[in-house]
Amino acid sequence: MKVHVDMNLCQSHGECVLVAPDVFDLGDDDVLTWKEDVPEDRQADMEAAVNACPMMAISLED
Amino acid sequence: MERLVIVGASLAGLRAAQAARAGGYAGELVLVGDETHLPYTRPPLSKELLAGGQTADQCALPHGTLDVRWRLGIAATTLDCAGHRVGLADGEVVEYDRLILATGCRARDWRGPGRDLAGVHTLRHIDDSLALRSALQEGKRLVIVGAGFIGCEVAATARKRGLEVTLLEIAPHPLLPLGPELGGRCARLHEENGVEVRCGTSITAILGTERVSAVQLDDGSELPADVVLLALGAQPNTEWLAGSGLELNAGVVCDATLTTTGDPDILSAGDLTEWPHRLAGGALVRVEHWTTAAEHGQLAGRNALLDPAERAPHEAPPYFWSDQYETKIQSVGFPALAAHMEILEEEPETGRLVATGSRDGQLVAAVTFNAAKRLIAYRRELAAPAVGAAG
Repeated sequence: MKVHVDMNLCQSHGECVLVAPDVFDLGDDDVLTWKEDVPEDRQADMEAAVNACPMMAISLED
Repeated sequence: MERLVIVGASLAGLRAAQAARAGGYAGELVLVGDETHLPYTRPPLSKELLAGGQTADQCALPHGTLDVRWRLGIAATTLDCAGHRVGLADGEVVEYDRLILATGCRARDWRGPGRDLAGVHTLRHIDDSLALRSALQEGKRLVIVGAGFIGCEVAATARKRGLEVTLLEIAPHPLLPLGPELGGRCARLHEENGVEVRCGTSITAILGTERVSAVQLDDGSELPADVVLLALGAQPNTEWLAGSGLELNAGVVCDATLTTTGDPDILSAGDLTEWPHRLAGGALVRVEHWTTAAEHGQLAGRNALLDPAERAPHEAPPYFWSDQYETKIQSVGFPALAAHMEILEEEPETGRLVATGSRDGQLVAAVTFNAAKRLIAYRRELAAPAVGAAG
């Protein structure tokens, strides 16, 4: 699945980093980076990341 | 279980409904909320929505294909635990097998002279934010009573919109729970951005004929105002539970699994919940943060499907943030429980700051300004039970 983060919305809260540190990371400049392609077996984690984001910045695509 | 009822249709209630469905619950699900709106997120109400950069539609919380019976615009007014019944304001009685309380808080009001004049606002709901937004378009001088997070964020938003802003606080510094060092820095931040910050000050009256024209301060002086925001904190919506037999303090008393102490079929989630927290030495805490409401909702929705003995505790350290001007304040743990907040790093040119607080030698809180990555490290540290710590 594809993971998309709207960087106009992201405010580096890091909720997604806590949920899935292997997919999301904050750089030393506090800017989010992430893997765009994530295996299907991580669906539950990615949905948890979507729900945890206070800015509603994360979306998933099959 | 055949019917799960959730009272409160904001973040905690929505997350509880989603978690119950995700956990395989296929029975009837009823979500009762006193606002007419579908669930929406509140943090933009003092910032992006108020500033005009975001629309009300953009505040909606996605609820997808949730199979739920919405009862919106109707407050729950009574709870009969023995009969497993919730009474609604329109006379409907909703029976439940399991019940999740998520009625949250409302803005704490002030009932002094002049409260009902036009131009006097509180901020809790989306309609409050839109009303304040249009008031800020017409007014020039805003007086904010209370320098907590809502008061400070609205001050920052209003300054960006060019209003003259005075921030009044009865305590010696803004953001009381963060302690004097960080609160003092917050006061400076607002002063540098042109806000007049007056601490140790309260109001005795709001003056005007039909519209507010000034507020009267406790020293007898008057401060001109076109718009007044009462930002005095929040008060849990527990009145409807009086007489239910549930144990009530300021909030609803629960165990660590968010199950009410009096009734295993009733759980609580979000702002009105009091539960014992490991980081507070097992003392009851009540937390009004977005993230806690989301986490509580999710846990209560899952736990409601289980027998009491199988339910999981809520242990995550509370996290919140506040955006004021170009500064992102973030906090994890319980700063108010720390003996004091010690500043470990400070860079005036970037506004970066890192502070931690301990109690009895154990880390209980960390606060950062413009240091998001660092805060995540503290969230991880505080999420793990301390080795050898008592309790």
